[in-house]
Amino acid sequence: MSTKKQQQKKPEDYGTTGHSWDGIEELNTPLPRWWLWTFYACIVWGIGYTIMYPAWPLITGATPGLSGFSTRANVAADIAAVDQANGPINERLVGAELTQISADPELLTYATNGGKAVFATYCSQCHGSGAAGNVGFPNLLDDDWLWGGDVENIHATITHGIRNDDLDSRYSEMPAFGEILEQEEIASLVSYVMSLSGEPANPALVPAGAELFLDNCSACHGENALGDYDQGAPNLADAIWLYGGDEAALTETITYSRYGVMPPWNEILTEAEIRAVSVYVHQLGGGE
Amino acid sequence: MGILDKHKILETNATLLLIFSFLVVTIGGLVQITPLFYLENTIEKVEGMRPYSPLELTGREIYIREGCYVCHSQMIRPMRDEVERYGHYSLAAESMYDHPFQWGSKRTGPDLARVGGRYSDDWHIAHLRDPQSVVPESIMPKYGFLEDKLIEPRYIEDLLQAQRMVGVPYTDGMIENAQADFTAQADADSDFDDLLERYPGAQVRNFDGQPGISEADALIAYLQMLGTLVDFSTFTPDASR
Repeated sequence: MSTKKQQQKKPEDYGTTGHSWDGIEELNTPLPRWWLWTFYACIVWGIGYTIMYPAWPLITGATPGLSGFSTRANVAADIAAVDQANGPINERLVGAELTQISADPELLTYATNGGKAVFATYCSQCHGSGAAGNVGFPNLLDDDWLWGGDVENIHATITHGIRNDDLDSRYSEMPAFGEILEQEEIASLVSYVMSLSGEPANPALVPAGAELFLDNCSACHGENALGDYDQGAPNLADAIWLYGGDEAALTETITYSRYGVMPPWNEILTEAEIRAVSVYVHQLGGGE
Repeated sequence: MGILDKHKILETNATLLLIFSFLVVTIGGLVQITPLFYLENTIEKVEGMRPYSPLELTGREIYIREGCYVCHSQMIRPMRDEVERYGHYSLAAESMYDHPFQWGSKRTGPDLARVGGRYSDDWHIAHLRDPQSVVPESIMPKYGFLEDKLIEPRYIEDLLQAQRMVGVPYTDGMIENAQADFTAQADADSDFDDLLERYPGAQVRNFDGQPGISEADALIAYLQMLGTLVDFSTFTPDASR
């Protein structure tokens, strides 16, 4: 180390490549060392990578690699780890009597929080992220239920859905009264149904509508129009409407009927998830 | 240095450089692409996959025409968060009859690989008409016009024929009956036994709830079957693949 720094070579010291265009010559400057070594390191790393990870295609399959890496095995392991962590409490949730879950603070907390996540992922698209529903998709915050609002009924509805291919799904079908009744009769019915919940209706049509209601509608909706959980028949005496309670909406409902569908979730969700979201919906406000 | 010094020969001869570049690219390409044709584990065999029915295929054409793939992928990646949200990760076999495939590379909207059966037809109609009416935070444009455009299966044989040319195993019977199958699938009162024989698991009903076969009918028929063909309760993919 007699000199402080090795004398830097000048470009001329490397000579030229021998190329010459109109007297302009090309210097044969070597690649920067840092670049060259990075290049060599990449090659070495590449060789190591193909040894450790699945890489080279052979006759029947690719080389598996020494590390045993597998995307599918990884995701299976991730899921198994979470399943195992939640295993004991999921088992308790599935084993518990549905009606007793709310009596167990630990289960209730778990089910409510887990159910909230399930609801956000699978239910919110129809029922709304706040569960307030939409036209044709029931509000789950109130105590007005179509198929029953106790936790067992909610659980059954979520498991098998409504009017779908599941053999145990909730099923009922309102006739399209446009094919059965005259237009004037439907108008009377609309007036009567509107009068039930105190909406302004044509009083002249109400008595005729009441008679038609008893003959045509009371079998499902009940004589007092309070609905029937067993048939998913809504209560018509309150001011809560799934498809709208004004004259136009009611006329359409009676003329063409409605056929709301909910998918069966037992094919997509686990029993623990269904129970969790049932408990979540039950505690939203209207649970019976 | 021997051979390393000979690069000058290539670099000073344009034709030789071209030939050798081509050689390098060819070898690289062959190593990557050829195994896909003979390796059995590239596309594992799964039960239930079938070509799209004429109505579903038409819906798929509309899906592509409207650029749905720009925002929606159809590819559930093997990661826990995706599997928890969308369902079982996608298998290569599930898009074996897709020409072109709709995997996508970015999501503005959710993945649709398994959207079939997740929502009711009514929901799809309400959502296509006005996405914000059911999902207020959505930025999806409105597609209500699809309901108004009635369609006829005038060129459906050609469409199936074109798909057959690129490798989808449509039989002569499927192509001959394409028009009948197209109309039968949109009408629950039709005679659809033959349709179901040709396309097992096809869903038959009036998808948009309105008279006539509209583009919305075809699109919803397609959406409602996405990801529903493979029964994962009876099929477990090989974890080592």
